Amino acid sequence: MTGKDNDKSFIEVRELSKHFGEFVAVDAVNLRIERGELFSILGGSGCGKTTLLRMLAGFETPTSGRIFLDGVDITDQPPYERPVNMMFQSYAVFPHMTVEQNVSYGLQKERMPRNEIASRVGEMLALVKLEDYASRKPDQLSGGQRQRVALARALVKKPKVLLLDEPLAALDRKLREHTQFELMNIQDELGITFVVVTHDQEEAMILSNRIAVMEQGRFEQIGTPKEVYEFPCNRFVADFIGTINTFEGVVQTSGEGEITVASDECGHSLRAYCDTPPRNGSDICLAVRPEKIYISQTEPDNDEDSCLRGVIEDFGYFGNLSLYRIRLETGKVVQVSAQNRRRSTERFLEWDDQVFISWRPRSAVVLEN
Amino acid sequence: MKRQSRFVFSMLVFGYAFLYVPLLSVVVYSFNDSNLATIWGGFSTRWYGELLKNDQVISALLLSLKIAISAATLATLFGTMAGIALSRFGRFRGRNLFTGMITSPMVMPEVITGLSLLLLFVTLQQLTGWPTQRGYATITIAHTTFAMAYVAVIVQSRLAAMDQSLEEAAMDLGGHPFRVMLDITLPLILPAMVAGWLLAFTLSLDDLVIASFVSGPGGSTLPMLIFSKVKLGVTPDINALATLIMLFVSAGVLVAWTIGRRMQRP
Repeated sequence: MTGKDNDKSFIEVRELSKHFGEFVAVDAVNLRIERGELFSILGGSGCGKTTLLRMLAGFETPTSGRIFLDGVDITDQPPYERPVNMMFQSYAVFPHMTVEQNVSYGLQKERMPRNEIASRVGEMLALVKLEDYASRKPDQLSGGQRQRVALARALVKKPKVLLLDEPLAALDRKLREHTQFELMNIQDELGITFVVVTHDQEEAMILSNRIAVMEQGRFEQIGTPKEVYEFPCNRFVADFIGTINTFEGVVQTSGEGEITVASDECGHSLRAYCDTPPRNGSDICLAVRPEKIYISQTEPDNDEDSCLRGVIEDFGYFGNLSLYRIRLETGKVVQVSAQNRRRSTERFLEWDDQVFISWRPRSAVVLEN
Repeated sequence: MKRQSRFVFSMLVFGYAFLYVPLLSVVVYSFNDSNLATIWGGFSTRWYGELLKNDQVISALLLSLKIAISAATLATLFGTMAGIALSRFGRFRGRNLFTGMITSPMVMPEVITGLSLLLLFVTLQQLTGWPTQRGYATITIAHTTFAMAYVAVIVQSRLAAMDQSLEEAAMDLGGHPFRVMLDITLPLILPAMVAGWLLAFTLSLDDLVIASFVSGPGGSTLPMLIFSKVKLGVTPDINALATLIMLFVSAGVLVAWTIGRRMQRP
C-alpha cells in the first residue's frame, strides 16, 4: 500500500467519503494540497469539514477513498503512526501536566534522548514565546497562552502536515488578529504544510494560500482567496463568502465575451463580461459585490456602466465605511458600501435621498443556473 | 414574605431535628455511666474502654474493615473498567443491556441481591467445592458486585465531562491507545476513582442485609454483630460503638465529598 505515487502533490485525497449511517458527511471529495501550502477548508457547521480533517488525522476511518501523504498511502495508518499532528479546537492541553511536559509528550513517545527533548522543547517554547511559562500548569494560563501551548505541542514533532481545527475561534478579536499573523509567520519559518478548518471566511481569507469552500460534504470551489471572492463559481460560494447582490435575468444578446441581461428585478438591461458567454435566452444571475457599486446623487454620464435609480432605505455607519440599503423602483433592495474618505460632520446621504447606483460591466459576475 | 420564611425556617429545623436528634441521643448516651442504656447516670467514657476489651466486637470490626477494603478495591477496579467501556467504546453491541446490568444492583432490593448471591454460592459449593465456608470471601464478592455499580456510574460521569480530544491529542502525538490510557485517562479520572473507592468502602461497612445472607457461622461483620446484640437488648457499649462508626463514616463521606468538589473544577 505504500508504493510511491507518480503524482507530485504533497497531500492527495481521492474520492474520499465518510458515511454515518444514512448521513453522508463527506461525499467523494478530491483534493490536492502542495508542500508548504497554507490551505483552508471553509464551510458552515455540519458541512463535513471537521470530518474531513479528522480523516486526515486518522480519528475517523473513511467509508471509501484513499489519502496519500508525500506519495505514501496513509489511509489505514492509525493516528499515532501518521506524520501529521493536529491542533484541536478545544486546544486539548493536558490539564495534569506542565507546559513543558505537554510539549515534550510527543517526543517522549518517540523515545527521543532526554537532552535532545529538552533542547527541542526549549526551541519550540521560544518560538511561541512561552519560555517563561515552562513550569506552569494549564489552569494558570490565559486562553491565548493555552493555544500557543497546543501549537508548540503539535509542531514539536516536526510533522509533515499540521492540521488546525478552528484555530482562532476561541480568541477575542484583538488577539485573533495578532495570532493570525503569528501563525502565518510560524508557518513561513518552519515550512510545514498547514491545513486549517474554519467557518470564519475572514480568517480563511487572511490566512490561506488557497481555500476550499465546502457544503454538504462536497467542495463547491477551490481557489485562492481572490479567486473565491472575485470569481465565485456558483451562487452558494458567492453568497457564502462576503455579501453580494444578485440580479436574476435572461440573456438578451450574447457575443465576444460580452452579454446584456434583461432583468425584471431592476427594470433595466444590464451589461456584463464573461469568457464563455451563455446562450441567448438562458436564465442567469448577475452578482455584484457591495463595494464594487458607486453611489452618487447625480446621474453618472458614463453609459458603459450599468446604472440604476433608487432611494436610501437604510444605512449603517461603520467608521471606516458606510453601508447603504437602496430600494430600487422595482422594490428590490441593493446593498452598497462606500469608503468614508472625507472627514466631515455633515452627512452627505440621508434616508429617502434619491440616489444613482452604478457599476462597471466587469464588476458583475455571471452565474449560470 | 416574612411569614412564609418563618414557616420555611421552622420546617427546616423540624426536618433536621427529625434526622439528627436520634443520632445525637446515641452519641450522648454513649457517655452514660449507667448500666442501662436508656437511663442517664452521669458522664463517663467507660463504655469506650469496655468496647476495646470486647474481643467479639474487635474481631467483627476487623473483619468488616478487611471486607470493606478488599471490596472497595475490587469494586474500583471493575467499576472503572465498566465506566471506561460505557463512555469510551462508542456503540458496541449490547451496550444498553450492559448499562442496565451495571446499574441494576443499585436499584435491586438488597434482600434479593443477598438471596440470589447466597443461591449462587451454595450452587458453586455443590459444583466445585468452593467456597468451603461462607465468610470473608463471600461477603467481599457480594459487596464488590453492588459497590462496583456506584463506582462505574461515578467514573462514567467523570469521563463524560472530560474532553475526549485530550485522549485524541495524546494519540495524535504518538501515544498508543494503552499508553494514552495510562498517561492521560487514568490520571484524569483518579479523583473519581478515589471518590468511588470511598463510597464503596462506606457502603460495604454499612451493609447488613446482604452480608447476613452470604455469611456463615463465625463470619460476623460489625453491623451483624450490633444487630444481634440489639436483639438481646441495647447495652450502652453499642452506643459507644455506634458513635465511633458515625465518626468514621462521616469522615469518609467528608473526604469523598471534598475530592468530588475538587473534581468539579475544570
